Amino acid sequence: MRVVTPKLSIIDRIYIPALVKGLYTTIKHFFMRRFTQEYPEEKRKPFPGYRGLHRLNKDHLGRVKCVACYMCATACPSQCIEIEAAEAPWKDREKYPVKFEINTLRCIFCGMCEEACPELSIQLTYIYEMADVTREAFVRRKDDLLATNEFWVLKEY
Amino acid sequence: MSPFWIDLIIILIKVIVVMGALLGGVMMMAIVERRGAGFLQERLGPNRVGPWGFFQPIADGIKLFFKEEFIPAQAHKLLYLAAPAFFVFIAFATFAVIPFGDKLELFGRTIQLQIADVNIGILYIFAFASLGVYGIVIAGWASNNKFSLMGGLRSAAQMISYEVALGLSIIGILMVVHSLRLNDIIVAQTHYWGYLPRWNIFVQPLGFLIFLIATFAEVNRIPFDLCEAEQELVVGYQVEYGSMKFVMYYMGEYVNLVTFSALIVVLFFGGWHIPWIEGLAIHPLLLALLQVGAFVVKVFAFLWFFVWVRWTFPRFRYDQLMRFGWLVLLPLAIFNIFATGVVMVLIP
Ligand code: SF4
Ligand code: SF4
Repeated sequence: MRVVTPKLSIIDRIYIPALVKGLYTTIKHFFMRRFTQEYPEEKRKPFPGYRGLHRLNKDHLGRVKCVACYMCATACPSQCIEIEAAEAPWKDREKYPVKFEINTLRCIFCGMCEEACPELSIQLTYIYEMADVTREAFVRRKDDLLATNEFWVLKEY
Repeated sequence: MSPFWIDLIIILIKVIVVMGALLGGVMMMAIVERRGAGFLQERLGPNRVGPWGFFQPIADGIKLFFKEEFIPAQAHKLLYLAAPAFFVFIAFATFAVIPFGDKLELFGRTIQLQIADVNIGILYIFAFASLGVYGIVIAGWASNNKFSLMGGLRSAAQMISYEVALGLSIIGILMVVHSLRLNDIIVAQTHYWGYLPRWNIFVQPLGFLIFLIATFAEVNRIPFDLCEAEQELVVGYQVEYGSMKFVMYYMGEYVNLVTFSALIVVLFFGGWHIPWIEGLAIHPLLLALLQVGAFVVKVFAFLWFFVWVRWTFPRFRYDQLMRFGWLVLLPLAIFNIFATGVVMVLIP
């Protein structure tokens, strides 16, 4: 490829006008609107479809919807879902999870689990403030995940 | 008390005030630079510590103060430790001859608002400013790191190249003023052409431009911060420096910046001169204070200009830098001398 360098006029070659133009551009931005959100005081509104902390849904009787089919654990690319199934105490299904753990430190919040679930049991919420101080706290157990919903209602995004 | 002791005390007070003002200026710059950068990029910058984020430098300083004092195993210990101290000493010492106000009449005694009224003030400044590069070169060599060494070498070459243009660019002024004393240069600028103050920026526009550009190279600021060049050399000569030694370089750079801003103001913008104030009847003491205020305002305007430029222009390539210095700035500076001479002959 032949590169054609444009012929510069004398004004371009002096550079000074271009420098002044550059300075004008930056000082223009000085007076423009700032985009910083001051986080702890000013919460960001998650966009529709944002993938945050998981929750486990309950059905109308308050039972966990999950039937321990392991679809989510299989689909999970980072293998962070750990399920232990047991025979269900209810007539309408065979199994239910006695243990359901998600290690949110390993989770990449891809939403595969949500897509794989046939029962619409596992879903990702909008919650993005999950900071904690111990490793154990990041392993969300069944009770935590079931309580996510109540927790989430308290959050105002 | 004998006059000697009084003079000594006055000088000490001046030294303390100037040192305090310089350190205050460094702190101001540390926050103005970061917040200014934020504003120019439509961000807010650090605004958490204190009002307007004003105590951020103190927080940074405390943090850096408690960092580990680390010396690389292969470094030349003595030079490695001496370099930052030397750099910061030179930076402070350079400011000594800058006049920051007119004479002050206090208790029947005339006080020159300047630490040392040297009759070769400009030479003193150039001598010390060019010593500053040793702090960088020694650091680059002593830390035994290739990035440091590259930074030091670049800095040496750059400083030498631009010092020439820097020195030649003010010869025009010296020809007009017939003095190397900074106070004389300011006094020469207190006259008027009609209503226009006869500041050297109007007398020597080309000289001002060359001086300004060379100043950026002299204080190692973007677009001429080749010896730091984060992207190529990490931070050049500072790579191996941490904790307070890093602070010393940081401080030294900003003091240099303040010094050169002050020098530009003194040489080209009338120093402490406030235009059109002579006609007003103002108490001399108040006038002197106003003039100090005017000087500070002018210096801050230039400091802001340095920040503004830093967040506007990209860095030069090294060969471009060298070519620009020798093939553009130097001939222009020499041309400026000739032009000044011709004009002086034609219009006596
Ligand atoms: S969001 Fe992705 S990574 Fe996280 S648990 Fe679900 S499938 Fe696994
Ligand atoms: S895919 Fe849904 S139903 Fe199956 S184990 Fe996971 S959460 Fe339970």
